[in-house]
Formats: sequence, structure tokens, C-alpha cells
Amino acid sequence: MHIVVCIKQVPDSAQIRVHPVTNTIMRQGVPAIVNPYDLFSLEEALRLKDKHGGRVTVISMGPPQAEGALKKCIAFGADAAILVTDRAFAGADTLATSFALASAIQQIEKDMKVDMVFAGKQTIDGDTAQVGPGIAKRLDMQLLTYVSQIDALDLEKGEIQVRRRAEGGVQVLQTKLPCLITMLEGTNEMRFATMENMFRAARYPVNFWNKDTAGIEDVSKIGLKGSPTLVSKVFAPQPSTKPAEIIDTESHEPRDIALTLISKLFTQHPKLCDGIVKQAA
Amino acid sequence: MSEATTPAATPAKKPAGRGNFELDERLKAYKGVWVFIEHERGEVHPVSWELLGEGRKLADKLGVELSGVVMGPPGLPTRRFCEEAFFHGADNCYLIEDTVLANYRNESFTKGLTDLVNAYQPEILLLGATTQGRDLAGSVATTLQTGLTADCTELNIDPDNRGLAATRPTFGGSLLCTIITKNYRPQMATIRPRVMAMPDRDGNRTGRIIEHPLGLIETNIITKVLEYIADENQDKPQLPFADIIIAGGRGMKKPENFQLIWNLAQVLGAEVGATRPVVQAGWVDAERQVGQSGKTVRPKLYIAAGISGAIQHRVGMEGSDVIIAINNDPNAAIFDFATYGIVGNAMTILPALTETFKQQLAVARVAS
Repeated sequence: MHIVVCIKQVPDSAQIRVHPVTNTIMRQGVPAIVNPYDLFSLEEALRLKDKHGGRVTVISMGPPQAEGALKKCIAFGADAAILVTDRAFAGADTLATSFALASAIQQIEKDMKVDMVFAGKQTIDGDTAQVGPGIAKRLDMQLLTYVSQIDALDLEKGEIQVRRRAEGGVQVLQTKLPCLITMLEGTNEMRFATMENMFRAARYPVNFWNKDTAGIEDVSKIGLKGSPTLVSKVFAPQPSTKPAEIIDTESHEPRDIALTLISKLFTQHPKLCDGIVKQAA
Repeated sequence: MSEATTPAATPAKKPAGRGNFELDERLKAYKGVWVFIEHERGEVHPVSWELLGEGRKLADKLGVELSGVVMGPPGLPTRRFCEEAFFHGADNCYLIEDTVLANYRNESFTKGLTDLVNAYQPEILLLGATTQGRDLAGSVATTLQTGLTADCTELNIDPDNRGLAATRPTFGGSLLCTIITKNYRPQMATIRPRVMAMPDRDGNRTGRIIEHPLGLIETNIITKVLEYIADENQDKPQLPFADIIIAGGRGMKKPENFQLIWNLAQVLGAEVGATRPVVQAGWVDAERQVGQSGKTVRPKLYIAAGISGAIQHRVGMEGSDVIIAINNDPNAAIFDFATYGIVGNAMTILPALTETFKQQLAVARVAS
């Protein structure tokens, strides 16, 4: 069995700061991590490998620095890692990204047939949840998003049964391999890297692929050229024209402040007041 | 590499006025605004009506028709969804009825929606950013080879070129960006539930139903739905539809202090919300996170304690009718858009509010 896991190196968005004066992003010192959602997919792939044997290949598209994220995956237990990196990919949106990754996966397939592709549910920097479905469509694989559990995998029959989070319930789905799965967060817990795998990761030479190695002939489908969407502007939100009415707190007891606020609330928003009374009753 | 939403990858030196491009002749034929009407177990997801409300505004600006897209099994419920779409502002409904559409499946719904787009050519296609909408949107956009912008918080029409300008938070929610779709149609976008206001329902409106065949039989669909297990109605928080929310941020200092928020919530019969850092620190359940990476809410009253008002949180709650902010930093961004602000210590103000509300409500109850 051969599973390909797509990952992305992302800035730890919890630590991104905006410069208070210039309103620009302060990138310095923001640590890069493996997109947290991808780890649920990687762990699930590793569990399938533990059970059924086979091989797990991780792949990422990004700048050369993303090598670090791939090495991290080797430390967790992945067998091979490929970084698809080329200046020609710069400016890619989700359509162009899924094209490049799908093309690279087809190259991987030449080496060993791919039974399943895993991807993160979404990334924490783009949050689009579109690259996974895009890759599935391009590779003509069955798409299983928001999977909470893999019930059964029958490699001989080439069948898989999963539980998929839907609106208001869970779908139990059965489909045929090859398929692309995105795992729901919190469905498993990433294992600890073993000492042996950590050493292996340190020595492991990540495979660097450019657009040619990734099998891309049509450059009009990658990078900025291959991207239908364009960011036309980035901006900080408008300061409100109507800032908050500040309740006077100068030399007042908390109780007085609360009374002032609540009487304002009840006189200026009588309908809200009725609602609160009804709700609390 | 970056996705459409990470502007870092678009070279800053690109000249201004990049919205100025001539649309291909064949793309000019794409007309009208469409909303995908999502349903599960015989119920339409309310986000579909919210999107019809927003789609109405876009269609009016463009001077085109607004249409709903309904796919489902033959029968009365499916027809009724079309009727409801008219009540919520649609002029037309594109309808595919087929027994294989009884359950949502990526394969069959992708084919249906893709065929409709190719046959009737809308310029804008909106879907809810739900597990169904996101699953479908990504597949349809890839099949059509067009642009898709996820989780938009604002939609506009660029008066210069009639294009859709879709705004969404970026950089982990610290800035906003506006995304356009160049020479591709339709322009697709997903919007999360509760981001757009629910339009008024007009039971007198009618419209035209345009039927289309699916052209797919069960034996040719690879994925089978074996079972659907409905969620039990446990005491799972229903933040998006709560009328009153008391939320806390990092300014609550430590997890124990969150009890003050729960106390006030109990007196008001309110739900408890939280910011991302608080959820990440494990103080409250992830289900209660309000913001871009959590839930979008539109309560009548939102009380924010110890919340600075970062964009990532703001986009999830600025649709609230009345916002009360308690923060000891007079320069906190939340005071820019709250209705009432209290510059002070949430740890002393919250208990005072709880007590005072309790008394006021007791009085009101006696009076009524």
C-alpha cells in the first residue's frame, strides 16, 4: 500500500503580529510549523501503514525552507519526502497549487502505485479547504472530506469505509480506491517521534523537485499565470465611524458602573430588554 | 506555495489597477447570480437563505437575475425548496431532480452543478462555507477551472468591470484582503453561516423553475452512502443562533476567572463564547470559539470581557446588534466598534453586572 500525504509549512499564525504604526505584517521571528490540520492526516496514514504495511510519502509545495516541515514528518515516521519547489510556482492560488501537486503525485505514482492521498482539512494561513478537493478532482480520485474515522480498509477489494462529518450528522460512506481523504481535527493524536526516526530525519535528504521533475509541461497552469484569483488589495479594517459610548468609570464602584450600563441598555434598547427578560425567565 | 488568500506571494511591485482587464468575448455571455441551495435530511441550511439575501443585492447592482440551484430527489420537499428560494428573493430556480441525489455525494452533486453552470452560464456562484458547500465548491471550481474565494466576509461589485470583489480576513485574521477573479467565469465564493443577514421572507413572491436532467445512474456512482447518523441534540453549544453571548478573551488572565463569565451567562440564559487564544490554551471547549477560525455569531447582545478585538475575532461577531466591551486598555480595538465600552477590570465589573442583572430581572418579572 502506498499513501501520499500532502502537507504545508505555515507560519504559526497565533504568533503573527501587525506593526501598530505601519500596519504591516511583522514576519521576523514567527516560527514555521507543519500546518496543524495536516498532522491529523499524517497520523491516520501512519496508522494505516502500521496495520497494513506499505509506504508513506509526504509531499509539499513551497519555498526551499519548507524542507524543515518535511523532515519533521520523517521524524514522525514517514518513509520519503518530496519538496516541489520552483520560482515558477510563486503566486499560485488554490487552483494552480492543486494542479502542481496533482502533477507531482502522478510522477510519484510512476515509482509506486498510489492507493490513497491524504491532505489536511484546511491550512491555518489560507483556511480555504480547496486544495485537497482540487487534487482529488485532477487525479480522478474519490473525495472523502471531513473524515472522523476510517471504519474498514480492504486492500484486496480496493474498498474503504469511512465516517464523514456532514451538516447535522455523520455519513457512513463506502468507496473504492484510489481516494483522497481529509481528516477532521481532533480525530487522533500525533505520535511522538522515536529517537531512531529523529536520527533518520536529521540525515534524510529531502527530494527537491522543480517544475520539470514534477512533470509540468504547461507553465500557463502554474504560479500567478495559472491562478484565476488575484489579491487586489490587503488592508487593515476601517476604524469605525461610530466608536463605543464609553461608560464613565472614574471614581465609581463596579456596582454603579453596572447600574449605569444596564439602565442605558434597557432605555435605549427596549426590545433587547424584553428579549433578555423572556430568555432569563 | 501560497494560496489565493496569502497575498505574500503576489509580488508587491505589481502595478496598480490590476482590476483593469478586458473580459474575453465568450465570458461576457456569463450572466446572473446563483446561490447553491444546500439541504440535508429535508431541511435547507439557513446559510442558503442568507446568501440569497446577499445575492439579491449583488444581482440588483448588476441588473441581472438571481437564481437558486436546487438538487434533490424527485418529490414535494425538493419542489418546496424552490418555492422557499423564491420567498427569499430568487427570480429563478435551476432544478435537478433525481433519485441518486437523495443524499449529498461529491460525485453526483459536482456533476449536476458543473453541468448547470456550463449550460446556463452564471457570472457569480455562491455557496455556504459548510462541510457540504466547501466539499462541493472545491470540486466544481477545479472542474470548471475557475477561481474560488473561501470564507468571504464581504461581497461587492467593482463598478469599473462588473467583477466580484470578495473580501476575507488574511494572515491569521490580522488583516483583510480583497480577492478578484480575473478572466474566468463564474466567479465563485463561499461564505460562512451567519456572516450575512437573513433576508425577510415574502410568501407572495414567485419565480420560474428551470428543470435539467442529471444524466447519471446509481451504478455509475462509485461512492455509496451506507448510513446517516443524525447528531443527537445534546447540550452542544448553539453559538451561531444564540440571542445573548458572554465571551471572554485573554484579558480574563486565568482559566478560573472564566467562571465569572459562566455566572453572568447563567443569569441571562446566555451562551458562553471565547477567543482563539483562550480556546488554544484549553480554558474552554473549541465549540465555543468565536471568530474567523471559529463560529460566526449574530446575537442581539454580545458582552466581550477581556477581548482586545483583533480582526480574527471581530469578523465573527461584529454582526451582533449590541456589543458591550469590558477591557482595561482604553486603546483596545474593540472600543472602535462596540456599542458600549467600559474601561475597567473585567474581574470586578463582571460580578457587579451579574448581581445587577439578577436584581433587575427579578424586578421585571414581578412587574410583568
